[in-house]
Amino acid sequence: MTTTMKPGRFGVFGGRYVPETLMANLIELEAAFEAAWEDKSFKADLAATLADFVGRPTPLYFAERLSGEWGGRVFLKREDLTHTGAHKINNAVGQALLAKRMGKQRIVAETGAGQHGVATAAACARLGLSCRVYMGALDCERQQPNVARMKLLGAEVFPCEGGTRNLKVAINEAIRDWVAHPNETYYLLGSAVGPHPYPTIVRELQSVIGIEAREQFSRREGKLPDAVIACVGGGSNAIGIFAPFLDDKVALFGVEAGGDSPQHGSCTLAHGRPGVLHGAFSYVLQDGDGQITGTHSIAPGLDYPGVGPQHSALKDSGRVRYEIETDETALAAFHELSRIEGILPALESSHALAFARRYLRENKGKTVIVNLSGRGDKDLPSIMARSTGLPARDGGANAR
Amino acid sequence: MPADLNSTFDRLRAVYRKALIPFLVSGYPTRERFREVLRTTAQFADVLEIGIPFSDPLADGPTIQAASSKALAQGVTLEGTFAELREHYPKSGPPLVFMITYNQVLAAKNFIARCNEHRASGLIVPDLPFEEAGDLRAQCEKAGVALVNMIAPTTSESRARQIAASAHGFIYLISVAGTTGARGEFAPETLTYIQKTRALTDKPLCVGFGISKAAHIQQLRDHADGFIVGSALVNAIDAGKERELLDELRAACG
Ligand SMILES: Cc1ncc(COP(=O)(O)O)c(C=O)c1O
Repeated sequence: MTTTMKPGRFGVFGGRYVPETLMANLIELEAAFEAAWEDKSFKADLAATLADFVGRPTPLYFAERLSGEWGGRVFLKREDLTHTGAHKINNAVGQALLAKRMGKQRIVAETGAGQHGVATAAACARLGLSCRVYMGALDCERQQPNVARMKLLGAEVFPCEGGTRNLKVAINEAIRDWVAHPNETYYLLGSAVGPHPYPTIVRELQSVIGIEAREQFSRREGKLPDAVIACVGGGSNAIGIFAPFLDDKVALFGVEAGGDSPQHGSCTLAHGRPGVLHGAFSYVLQDGDGQITGTHSIAPGLDYPGVGPQHSALKDSGRVRYEIETDETALAAFHELSRIEGILPALESSHALAFARRYLRENKGKTVIVNLSGRGDKDLPSIMARSTGLPARDGGANAR
Repeated sequence: MPADLNSTFDRLRAVYRKALIPFLVSGYPTRERFREVLRTTAQFADVLEIGIPFSDPLADGPTIQAASSKALAQGVTLEGTFAELREHYPKSGPPLVFMITYNQVLAAKNFIARCNEHRASGLIVPDLPFEEAGDLRAQCEKAGVALVNMIAPTTSESRARQIAASAHGFIYLISVAGTTGARGEFAPETLTYIQKTRALTDKPLCVGFGISKAAHIQQLRDHADGFIVGSALVNAIDAGKERELLDELRAACG
């Protein structure tokens, strides 16, 4: 299943472009992960944690009423039902176990929507590790419930005021912290981005989504779905559900955030150019001089000018199609799922839903699995602000 | 062909002097002041390092981050920097080394050839570790531009040997694990680490990150060939006291 050509590369993409100070850590991490992944007792620990702490397997839910509305068969992979409410926990518990095994006591992480921060805080609390989370100041405002949750779980939350005040800035700060404390710190990266070995570690830990979904679907339906759809920020929930389907005759769609217009969002794969951001060679939203450009999305978890290197390779090979949904279509899908199925989806996941609706309009009667990567509780302040006409804290002013 | 860094270090070694390598953020704090600072700094420097500002630097602390954002906000670019240097850098000035991130290198057209035209003797690409540098190193070698390798306190001995073996120009020794920024005193481990690296190679070793005053240079000078001063110089420029700082550092370097 692995599509890595040489270690750390997905075709031409990937690699590790970091300050020399971090190279020793990455080399150590790569060896530690490989050893852990071969170790039955580590795997057993992880499986038990996923079952009893995270609540896996998550259901594959047939959304019957929504299917009726949209004219096809829609299945939802219910990552929103995991402990802490998003797929991020699959990766957080896995890497926290790895950190503990490596003897690292201090965890730093970045977070956009706050879901990775909450998941990391929970995983650290459970293992008795110290946890500091960097979060853009804009995201702290628009995802207040998650800031409170992280603090209650014992994490220290560090708002980042610089620049775009979103996920990109949080990653910059987390990496700088790691550069300053390389020996004692484990950097628990939350998406399938960053220098090798992170994209591989995160994919392996998130593949549980796709492995379960494929099994659940084929047991129930006796075949494979026509399409699998997931939203793409850094790309972890998407690569997690895609990975086990890569060799199948199943259409795969990644959905990027178009913001308030498709030209002005965070559509890294659609509008970016290959370059280096946060340690990997991948598509990057940048200007002609190689400066990273500002992004915009109502969904903080998608509001990022980079993307995991394996997605760049999958785009270029044509195996996965990357599509765009806007703030508006995502919000419409949010409300539709809430009213028709009684499920409040995360705004990130709502982008995947919005594309599913469009896909079924153009491909009547098809069967799709949508990765419902998280629940929408965290988004209530920003959604309520919009529906009451208050100014939404959606970062429009910070996007270039 | 740009001035050769090797001959600079040979000359300094022959007279037991250390290289003073000031670092300037291109275009900081304003175009006019930068020109003035550039001329002053050229009088004191053995090698001059010019940083091309980047939107998302990972290895920089608050001082250089702030300086870079200010320069970017004023529209400083690589092309603009080339133009400024062509107009305002003295012909007799010391060899120039550019510090630039790998993404900016990838974005620039004919970058190495242009460096060569603009008298850049070397390049520091802080997010391009030795293993990933193959392509750029080959281009640099062809053009006679030194791609400066970096060693950090976390670098293993076997890795440091490899890095030293393929080094051109000088080796940039990162003094402490951390980002750039002026610092108080160096811990005894810093000295031990510099001595250990010294034992691995005869190539010029220049220490950077945190060098902020003459006392730092005096503490480390017997074990290195040069000193890179960035954040402290930015602070001095802000206070209008760059000449005083450069004077003090120059004296410590001999
Ligand atoms: C619920 C949810 N879905 C998706 C994402 C996007 O991340 P990724 O592309 O890594 O899955 C996030 C990120 O915060 C999230 O919270």
